[in-house]
Amino acid sequence: MAAGPMRMRATQGAGFTDIRVLMTHPMETGQRKDAEGKIVPLHFIQNVTVKLNGKVVLEAETSQAVSRNPVFSFRIKGGAKGDKIEVSWLDNKGESTSTESAVA
Amino acid sequence: MNLKLALVLLLAAAPALAQQSPYAEYQRMALENAPVELFEQGGEDLWKKRQGPKNASLEQCDLGQGPGVLKGAYAGLPRYFADADRVMDLESRLLYCMTTLQGRSREAATKRVFGNADTPSEMEYLSAYIARQSNGMKIAPGRTHPKERAAYELGQKLFFHRAGTWDFSCASCHGEEGKRIRMSDLPVLSKPQYARPLMATWPAYRVSTSSFVTLQWRMNDCYRQMRMPEPLFGSETTVALIAFLMATAEGEPYRGPAIKR
Amino acid sequence: MSQQRRQFLRRTGVLAAGLVAGLCKPLLALAASWNKDAFGAKTVADTLKGLGATGAATSMAIVIEAPQIAENGAVVPVEVTSNLPGTTSIAVLVEKNPFPLAGKFDFMEGALPYVKLNVKMGETADLRVVAWAGGKTFTATKEVKVTIGGCGG
Repeated sequence: MAAGPMRMRATQGAGFTDIRVLMTHPMETGQRKDAEGKIVPLHFIQNVTVKLNGKVVLEAETSQAVSRNPVFSFRIKGGAKGDKIEVSWLDNKGESTSTESAVA
Repeated sequence: MNLKLALVLLLAAAPALAQQSPYAEYQRMALENAPVELFEQGGEDLWKKRQGPKNASLEQCDLGQGPGVLKGAYAGLPRYFADADRVMDLESRLLYCMTTLQGRSREAATKRVFGNADTPSEMEYLSAYIARQSNGMKIAPGRTHPKERAAYELGQKLFFHRAGTWDFSCASCHGEEGKRIRMSDLPVLSKPQYARPLMATWPAYRVSTSSFVTLQWRMNDCYRQMRMPEPLFGSETTVALIAFLMATAEGEPYRGPAIKR
Repeated sequence: MSQQRRQFLRRTGVLAAGLVAGLCKPLLALAASWNKDAFGAKTVADTLKGLGATGAATSMAIVIEAPQIAENGAVVPVEVTSNLPGTTSIAVLVEKNPFPLAGKFDFMEGALPYVKLNVKMGETADLRVVAWAGGKTFTATKEVKVTIGGCGG
């Protein structure tokens, strides 16, 4: 799908909070040809940031080797019900999206 | 017959499914980490979206359990619908609701029934959402109404009917045990032990094409691969085949929407 | 630096208020960027060099969970945990990919050294993980057999 909605769920595990993020993004490698035989240009998420209650806890740099429509899982120490988690991404075209969710 | 021979025969008769697929680990991990939810979310939005000349949503659509009731709806299809006086599968029923509830023309509603990686179709999103509401429930398509029985029989006939330029039937590929196409196993779909795990995992996110695929798409694509004429979306042919397959898988706990290679 | 990137950095709090005026030089020194050298490297050796991880010591404390055989290389689920005390970062490489580096994850106070993601693999290859802990680098590998490659589409 063209870059679009992001969905996230933060649930408590044993001593940690699991954050599962589903992103809509083509993650084009720049090697694929379209139906007309033209190369589809490089278009992928380069940065992902995770914040807990407003503070950055994780920063990622990613490449076009991550699968289309990326699904990531991250874990934070502890975490209590109601804690605010924010995940945002930025791609090589400068487009960005973010989503927020409370720990369940 | 001596004991050794009996044992050999017994082992040879054990269904292929008794051996775990070498891809079982991959399928489990990939399903856990699949983007299926995004399609379910898109489907929920479309179910509730007002569209067409009547500016109505699909929320009053009766998928067999009553208007707007989604729980168990997918697992109970195909079935007979009195208002349309025919047996319908999920997608033909959705099309019916799009035309009657929303006032959309068949032409407009079927303009783009099969999507792709960049833009999934409405049917794909809706199928994901509605299928999720049957997760965990037993597959139980309609079996008692005369038209349901007729659809089953037609589907069964079509499954074995050879036609087209290559004289293929579904059974040409799906009729013999232990066969595969490249690295994909070809289950003998006329047998419950093979039909059950298959029908329990459609519709699905297809990893190799990053697209969501439905049963109408599968029927269409199989016919293409068999060099048969293209079936109309939601046609009697496709619904009969799906009815036959779902009936053969009857009783299996539905596990979709899932993922496929 | 593009306007959108500047906005993203501002939103994620990386930009200090005083630098918002659009001064290019100081902004280049900021953390949230993209390691062109490492991501642009075509061999594992060059990738490690770009990451500053040449000579990383093999460690059993890095756990890589991935399927033995991937039915399709377009989506290969990988789960990485570093049990090395004080792990601050994890990088995931797919050795035979055209550009081996798939991602680098930096963990600040509050995050566990863990990540699960789907990567594309062009062919049967080793997944290599590099972990930074206590000022040193460590590494581990796991082979994944791929029946149909997932790069060309």
